[in-house]
Amino acid sequence: MNTLTREAEPNMEIGQVEAASDHQDEHQQHPSGIKRWLFTTNHKDIGTLYLWFSFIMFLTGGAMAMVIRAELFQPGLQLIEPNFFNQMTTIHGLIMVFGAVMPAFTGLANWLIPMMIGAPDMALPRMNNWSFWILPFAFTILLSSLFMEGGGPNFGWTFYAPLSTTYSPDSTALFVFSIHIMGISSIMGAINVIVTIVNMRAPGMTWMKLPLFVWTWLITAFLLIAVMPVLAGVVTMVLTDKYFGTSFFDAAGGGDPVMFQHIFWFFGHPEVYIMILPSFGIISAIVPTFSRKRLFGYASMVYATSSIAILSFLVWAHHMFTTGMPVFAELFFMYCTMLIAVPTGVKVFNWIATMWRGSLTFETPMLFAIAFIILFTIGGFSGIMLAITPADFQYHDTYFVVAHFHYVLVTGAIFSIMAAAYYWLPKWTGNMYDERLGKIHFWCSVISVNVLFFPMHFLGLAGMPRRIPDYAVQFADVNQIVSIGGFAFGLSQFIFLALVIKCIRGGEKAAAKPWEGAEGLEWTLPSPAPYHSFTTPPEIK
Amino acid sequence: MSNNQGKSNRKLIGILIAGAVGMFGFGFALVPLYDVLCEQLGINGKTQNSASTYKPFTIDESRTITIEFMAQIQSDMPWEFKPEVKRMRVHPGELVRTHFKAKNLSLKDTIGQAIPSVSPGQGAAYFNKTECFCFNQQRLMAKESAELPLIFFVDPDLPDSITTLTLSYTLYNITDRGYVGSVE
Ligand code: HEM
Ligand SMILES: [Cu+2]
Repeated sequence: MNTLTREAEPNMEIGQVEAASDHQDEHQQHPSGIKRWLFTTNHKDIGTLYLWFSFIMFLTGGAMAMVIRAELFQPGLQLIEPNFFNQMTTIHGLIMVFGAVMPAFTGLANWLIPMMIGAPDMALPRMNNWSFWILPFAFTILLSSLFMEGGGPNFGWTFYAPLSTTYSPDSTALFVFSIHIMGISSIMGAINVIVTIVNMRAPGMTWMKLPLFVWTWLITAFLLIAVMPVLAGVVTMVLTDKYFGTSFFDAAGGGDPVMFQHIFWFFGHPEVYIMILPSFGIISAIVPTFSRKRLFGYASMVYATSSIAILSFLVWAHHMFTTGMPVFAELFFMYCTMLIAVPTGVKVFNWIATMWRGSLTFETPMLFAIAFIILFTIGGFSGIMLAITPADFQYHDTYFVVAHFHYVLVTGAIFSIMAAAYYWLPKWTGNMYDERLGKIHFWCSVISVNVLFFPMHFLGLAGMPRRIPDYAVQFADVNQIVSIGGFAFGLSQFIFLALVIKCIRGGEKAAAKPWEGAEGLEWTLPSPAPYHSFTTPPEIK
Repeated sequence: MSNNQGKSNRKLIGILIAGAVGMFGFGFALVPLYDVLCEQLGINGKTQNSASTYKPFTIDESRTITIEFMAQIQSDMPWEFKPEVKRMRVHPGELVRTHFKAKNLSLKDTIGQAIPSVSPGQGAAYFNKTECFCFNQQRLMAKESAELPLIFFVDPDLPDSITTLTLSYTLYNITDRGYVGSVE
């Protein structure tokens, strides 16, 4: 309590004085205006760029989802051509995965990792600038392909051959190059994260003292380095198959289209964990704060995360149960997939045990975190259903799969990103966000997201295939409900936008540690955090 | 940043970049690896791409295996393509001769490549061809027809659980690809 009141008095903080002098530095050394952002090598500026970019992509991909849901509001074709519908599903998926979720996590890593480990900045600031600034080009290329003759990519975000080779539009080369650039950006980001965490920890910040967000990002970074190059390889093969006459995936030339799926999912399944491990770190930071207890089972969290990462390389073919694999392979991948549920269960257990008998309060970050725990677990359960090989023969390529991955990605990854934004906004902006608006955003989102995705389970079980612009009339009612949920969820996100802008513009001044139960080095810095984080290493107890 | 730190950064960056480059290579290494695994484990129904030699086996008259033949054409292939017989019964170790019939229905010379696949996949390794039209490209002049020979034997080591082998050919139009040589 004592520390709390002291920190609540901003003028008395020594850090604040340092911050002011840093601020002057900044004006001496750094250009202002657009140049500040173009040439910045500062981890906070780059984090901010990533986060805004991710939000813009979230709205862009979201707009495409609205087009999809509008077309699916009724059976029959009313608004758009089937080919354009396919382009919408494809680019929606690509943008959400590579443009919204992954850059948001990289943005959070940039902002938070140096502050959490007591470092002045990221280890490789110039590479950091590059890895951000090539991203807008990648997505401009991808989006501009929509306007080419023959249209943009229409083969699904998974770009299965021969859809992406023999039958793909002329613009496929643009798709391939944009994926290459995104991959390079992610790999550079990952290298930066690893070097920062390994070499720049403050003295005394031992491995088992690292905040879990740092741990989970470290493991994510290794996953990125392991699988993004494989993605780059497989798109390259698509490129040469389509344009240069190779036959990696073409049976006529001795290749095999099923091999595409093996290579793609060798990347693809670790990729889904790339999109969820940092969330685990975020939730592990927020739940203890608002439970006013230490995280239950810190060490088991670290081991669980590592084992999820290792296992994620052994389960890729659960996306391919219906391709006619031999029975022993089906069983192997089924059991390995189910095995992943064990460390995941450990995590969920630990979060609940952390809340158990805590003195809980329900500020917006906590609300999103609790929603994450419940809804992500629902997504995990549908995952286990899908992992049952014989059952997957029914569920595969239906809306059940769509429901599954939206529960883990929207109410999982995206909700955790929202929770993180609310939790750290006071640190980033120096102002408290509008709690009332935050709660409105939360309740609008959590209700609409379930109206949107829960009925999809039933659609899938009843046999509605995914990636279709038209459907049989018996699915009409449920699709209508789903679309209404979709529009409501889409609109709710503007509340978030308004809240963030309001918070940047002003509001109640935030204390260095606005959450009394929070732990971690970032809360020892004043709010807003000074331009350079820890110019002298902090002392670690 | 101290000099020491710069050095250890560079070392780590080197390792990580090497890891990324290595994984890029690994992606491509998966291609031959996939073929080798399929062949070794006898999965995926792939048969060998070149002629096997027939050793005079003792013919296992106690077993009879049903061989079924299927022929498919890719949509842009203007040929008619079908097996001479749809089904035959053979003993393991016996050398058998049959053929497929192909006719170019178009007014253009066309080159085709047939790709075989055996089902169940576990049986593929035991289905041996000493001569097959699938080892080479086939060229038919406009309206020309041909008999495409196939000589094969079933390895007597074929597991007892397999009593039927289905051999399916898909015929691809490769006229525009300008390939020379065989599939390999
Ligand atoms: C207990 C954990 C999980 C299990 C057992 C599981 C299992 C599965 C299975 C078997 C499929 C294939 C379904 C099919 O296509 O028929 C699938 C699809 C998918 N899963 Fe999961 N999953 C789990 C967690 C996750 C997580 C954490 C994410 C991402 C954050 C995720 C994202 C996806 C995506 C994106 C797809 C669909 C890919 C596509 O075909 O477009 N899953 N999951
Ligand atoms: Cu998976």
